[in-house]
Amino acid sequence: MSKLYWGGKMEVITRGAVITEPGNSVENKTGTWRVFKPVINYDKCIRCLICWQFCPEPAILRHDDEETKMKTPAPKEALKKLPVVEIDYDYCKGCGICYNECPVKAIDFVKEEK
Amino acid sequence: MKIMIRGNESIAYAFKLARVKVVPAYPITPSTLVPEKISEFIANGEMDAEFVPVESEHSAISAAIGASAHGVRVGTATASQGLALMHEVLFIASGMRLPIVMGIGNRALSAPINIWCDHQDMMSQRDTGWMQFYAESNQEGLDLGIMAFKIAEDERILLPAMVGIDAFVLTHTVEPVELPEQKDVDDFVGEFVPHYVTLDPAKPATLGSFGFPEHYMEFKFGQWIAMERAKKVIDEVFAEFEQKFGRKYSKVSAEFVEDADIILVTMGSMTSTTREFVRKLREQGKKVGLVKITVFRPFPKEELVNVLRNAKVVAVMERNISFGFGGAVYGELAASFAKEVKKPKILDFIVGLGGRDVTFNTLQEVVALAEKAANGKKVEEVNWIDVNKEGVLKAEGLQ
Repeated sequence: MSKLYWGGKMEVITRGAVITEPGNSVENKTGTWRVFKPVINYDKCIRCLICWQFCPEPAILRHDDEETKMKTPAPKEALKKLPVVEIDYDYCKGCGICYNECPVKAIDFVKEEK
Repeated sequence: MKIMIRGNESIAYAFKLARVKVVPAYPITPSTLVPEKISEFIANGEMDAEFVPVESEHSAISAAIGASAHGVRVGTATASQGLALMHEVLFIASGMRLPIVMGIGNRALSAPINIWCDHQDMMSQRDTGWMQFYAESNQEGLDLGIMAFKIAEDERILLPAMVGIDAFVLTHTVEPVELPEQKDVDDFVGEFVPHYVTLDPAKPATLGSFGFPEHYMEFKFGQWIAMERAKKVIDEVFAEFEQKFGRKYSKVSAEFVEDADIILVTMGSMTSTTREFVRKLREQGKKVGLVKITVFRPFPKEELVNVLRNAKVVAVMERNISFGFGGAVYGELAASFAKEVKKPKILDFIVGLGGRDVTFNTLQEVVALAEKAANGKKVEEVNWIDVNKEGVLKAEGLQ
């Protein structure tokens, strides 16, 4: 068995760099690559899901459960029946596509501070 | 059984006898007959293999990698520009530790375009991590072709290998070749055992993964270790082959060297001419010897130093040139003596590029310069033999 992850530790070195334990890309937290991070402003977000469709990672999560939908702020009460988006910062590489695509400019793109 | 075959056929027979299962290939002079003969074997039902016609050599070696990675014995063949086109993929084959075997019809590179014999094509792939064998005859092409699989697939090695046969001098020349029995080759080479992967959904794996700076160097070190270990494995396989088939191979073979003042170092088919020439000189009482290099990667440093250290002059004759330095064999051979206190004078002779025949006249010129050096006179480090120097100097505006 070998564990070989991008940026992670290599527990066993294999010959030919073969990875015999598949499905390990989740271990690779690509969020560490980010320089700028998108931040959703829920008071402006109209829940159109365009960012969710465009995210190449995909690092924009979609919540369909009633509790999350209701407790998340929205510009209009009627929008609360629609799904809510959330950014998964573990995997968001900060490409800025969501920020670029958002039709109501509800996503800010701010410098990552660590 | 003795058969009369061309050098290309000896590679094709080696693949057939080794029961190669996939042959992706793209035709190029002078090695076209290899895939041609193999497709004939397959069409006649003599060989159970998949022939993959591809659109380029780049694709041929890529398909070879795919097939080898998924657990079958793979062979292919190319030459010259075709091998050069494979260049970037050759690193992938060795980096992924895939024991592919490739026959090369050693041919010159353009420009000017030339389809004839020299070793520039394989020498230019020196650092790709492939083992390199050079055959003197069609028999050697067949034997080395079979042995290459056993060496490459050895659990201690897992590296690809090239077997070079000289363009036309071997590829297209009919020679009598002793064809081993299928059952003997089966016993010798054995079944292909995939190292990591079979096409088994229950055992998935990632091949050709990314290697960050934290990991990359470890894999390269692994390849270095494998190539170093190959030195011993090659000896073992050569010995086992001799025991089973009666033909002797060694990384470096020496003849008439015990008392030799001058030793000629050769590779490939020019060895046969040189052997006859050395015999003739010996009849005249001249103390000249011959050393043939069969394995160029891994480079047999120790063996060469041992066999050459007592000579006065070592004349390296080679069919390649690294512009700005000299021949590749000369450079490596001279470097092998770096830590030795007692060392011979080592001279480089560039001969037979682009299919120019290496004849007794060529060898006479080489030996004359070597004798001059043995007598303490100054001789150039790198010497071009049998060349119209006057014409070139004029063209370069130097005369």
